[in-house]
Amino acid sequence: MTRHRRRPVRAAIASALLPFLAIGAAAAVEPREMLADPALEARAREISRGLRCVVCQNESIDESHADLARDLRRLVRERLAAGDSDGEVTRYVVSRYGDFVLLKPPLKASTYALWFGPLVILAAGAVAVAVYFRRQAAPASAAGAPTGAPPSAASTTPLSAEEERRLARLLDRETDPSRVDEGHRP
Amino acid sequence: MTVELGHFALILALTIALLQGTLPLRGAARGDVRAMAVAPAAAVVQAVLVAVSFGCLVAAYVVSDFSVLNVALNSHSSKPLIYKVAGAWGNHEGSMLLWVLILALFGGAVAVFGGNLPLGLKARALAVQAWIAAGFYLFILITSNPFARLLPPPADGKGLNPLLQDPGLALHPPFLYLGYVGFSMAFSFAVAALIEGRVDAGWARWVRPWTLAAWVFLTIGIALGSWWAYYELGWGGWWFWDPVENASLLPWLAGTALLHSAVVVEKRDALKGWTIFLAIITFALSLLGTFLVRSGVLTSVHAFATDPERGVFILALLVIIIGGSLVLFAWRGPSLEGGGLFQPVSREGALLLNNLLLTTAAAAVLLGTLYPLLLEAMGGGKVSVGPPFFNAVFLPLMAPLVVAMAVGPLLPWKRGALAAVLPRLWVAAVAAAAATALALALLGDAAGIGLLGFGLAAWLFAGTLTEVAARIQLFAVPLRVSLRRAAGLPRAAWGMTVAHAGLAIAIAGMTGAAIGKTEVIRALAPGETVAAAGLTIRFDGLSQVAGGNYEAIQGRLTVKRQGEPVAVMTPERRIYPVEGRETTEAAIRSRPWGDLYLVIGTTEADGRTVVRVYVNPLVPWIWTGALVMVVGGAISLADRRLRLGAPARRATVPATIPVATARSEG
Repeated sequence: MTRHRRRPVRAAIASALLPFLAIGAAAAVEPREMLADPALEARAREISRGLRCVVCQNESIDESHADLARDLRRLVRERLAAGDSDGEVTRYVVSRYGDFVLLKPPLKASTYALWFGPLVILAAGAVAVAVYFRRQAAPASAAGAPTGAPPSAASTTPLSAEEERRLARLLDRETDPSRVDEGHRP
Repeated sequence: MTVELGHFALILALTIALLQGTLPLRGAARGDVRAMAVAPAAAVVQAVLVAVSFGCLVAAYVVSDFSVLNVALNSHSSKPLIYKVAGAWGNHEGSMLLWVLILALFGGAVAVFGGNLPLGLKARALAVQAWIAAGFYLFILITSNPFARLLPPPADGKGLNPLLQDPGLALHPPFLYLGYVGFSMAFSFAVAALIEGRVDAGWARWVRPWTLAAWVFLTIGIALGSWWAYYELGWGGWWFWDPVENASLLPWLAGTALLHSAVVVEKRDALKGWTIFLAIITFALSLLGTFLVRSGVLTSVHAFATDPERGVFILALLVIIIGGSLVLFAWRGPSLEGGGLFQPVSREGALLLNNLLLTTAAAAVLLGTLYPLLLEAMGGGKVSVGPPFFNAVFLPLMAPLVVAMAVGPLLPWKRGALAAVLPRLWVAAVAAAAATALALALLGDAAGIGLLGFGLAAWLFAGTLTEVAARIQLFAVPLRVSLRRAAGLPRAAWGMTVAHAGLAIAIAGMTGAAIGKTEVIRALAPGETVAAAGLTIRFDGLSQVAGGNYEAIQGRLTVKRQGEPVAVMTPERRIYPVEGRETTEAAIRSRPWGDLYLVIGTTEADGRTVVRVYVNPLVPWIWTGALVMVVGGAISLADRRLRLGAPARRATVPATIPVATARSEG
């Protein structure tokens, strides 16, 4: 990851840069924010991962560098230290910031379409597939033809000698478990 | 002057596209060979013109011509050359020019390599391609001109976002666009087939290589993007279900479904209408991704509403292209049905299940990505849809898909029986159980159901090997014979085997990253140590180093295992003075079984520096798996059927291989 040339750094530039670095690089959870009790801290991390940094894009407060995220991280830990359960902490944060703060949207009228949508789509797709197979089976059995025969006029015309030979060869190969040749069928 | 040349070349390309979009269509309708022959010629000219146009923009970046607004806003004279070049597409205007360049290159490639295509299909597909191109040329020329001048020119440019000054991200957009835009070829072939009213095995064979090429590029693009996120964003995550990521995943899911359904069209002449529909949807999702990323609608609905010109233009293009093709599909699609019949339990049935799960997954991701926008636009309030939602919906759809992936390739075409196939997967079942048990022993039961990820990976890997072993009759015949059979397998078959095995590897990596991670965050004074996952890491101190166009604070950490030093690692924080931004450069020690990932943070008032230590097991497998999938795609792309294409070349197939025609085998 280090592709730079090492060279003496002019002290002036460095000292000019340092304060900027100190402001900008407050990356996510800082050790000084963390709770001494590891079990409590683990719960705080877990809760933080489900809370959105409301001024960021798609970042949890656990990952965010924003000041607001840091304040929320502190808030979560304060409530936990005061003896709140995980649910109580989350409810408290939601009461202040609304459902928007939850990365996992709650199940309610405005999110039914979101939560049940994929299930409905899967069911609709499954029904469509079932209908496809039903339609496929119907003409074949109506014509009294063995399953797998195309319900077209072609199936009623007698096979030519060449086609008979090809059919025999195909049926032969159907019993060959390796079916190694199938990739070559044009 | 160069810049004006580029601008002019783009305008010429627009006029050529209009010609290519009309004359060949008329020619194809009337059987006029000369009018149809305009299409390939125009496609080549178009590709050359856009290449010239793009070259002019890159040249302006390379010489740092700050009289060009785009260059002044996005480049700086002190940038390394590679990022001057990459800066050309590191902004809205330039990236749209790259978009049309790739579109035109694909059109040109069809003209040059599509010698075996029927004239009518080629003319129509290239005409459709030209209409898409014309829409985007207009978009660039009217709303996003990269060649606009700036007078008076500034002394120097504003620079490029340092996050983008990275080799991974310099290459990420071109590959992503090669994928996105590559699906336009499948779309153009689909619309051409609808105009012609004919889809057959030949059509599928001509479309597959273009779809496969696009899929390979998109896979590379997504993998590069997630790899970049992993090492650059500095907390060891690799996928965030961010809307921009989802925008690239959507066409990948639909494109993967398309690859598989095209197999059914090619081999069995079935699922034709559905395959056409998928080709349209895949490109529609590519366009939607472009719209989402380019219109600013994701930042917020309001940002879009205050500067709607570009967004509305792309939205209009989206509606015309997708709406028009879907209307055409509704009109002509129903006549495409028919073809080979098959039972639910069969190879076709398995591929249909693949399509059902992949498209449902794509629909779920689309729903989750757009839901906040839709709800807000309808006045339903603000809602966040984050990773917990996507994991809860996406993973349950993928798990059965992976289970079926081992079974499907073992099923015969037309009609099969699970009772005959499942016993052959006993090795895979044993491997799955062993992998889950091993993971439980190593990681404990805290990870819960996540442990099954390792089981799925082992199941898929062993199942894939079982399939290829059966094909070459390994252990059933002498090894020499097996090897000869292996050499004789079609490359498309090997491609599938390799790609499926690649996914198995990637799943193992994703599972490891998700449930096996160790994280330790400490503030350390120089000389202090921290322990993580059996390692002792000593913080030696900070130093200042200078790069080309940045200054960095570098931490030095000595890693020891049982007292023996194993590595010295140097994570950095970099400051880019021109752009006024800073980045974290993690130090990563990558080994086959996992990564040690170190990041330094701020130095606190008491002189301690924040050190973040992550031990990420199996993470390198994610990108190894992606690479293996890409190799699989490339092997399949090299298959002689795809190179030769037309069934007319049947006579050249060696006589030892039995030849049957697809249409008469029922």
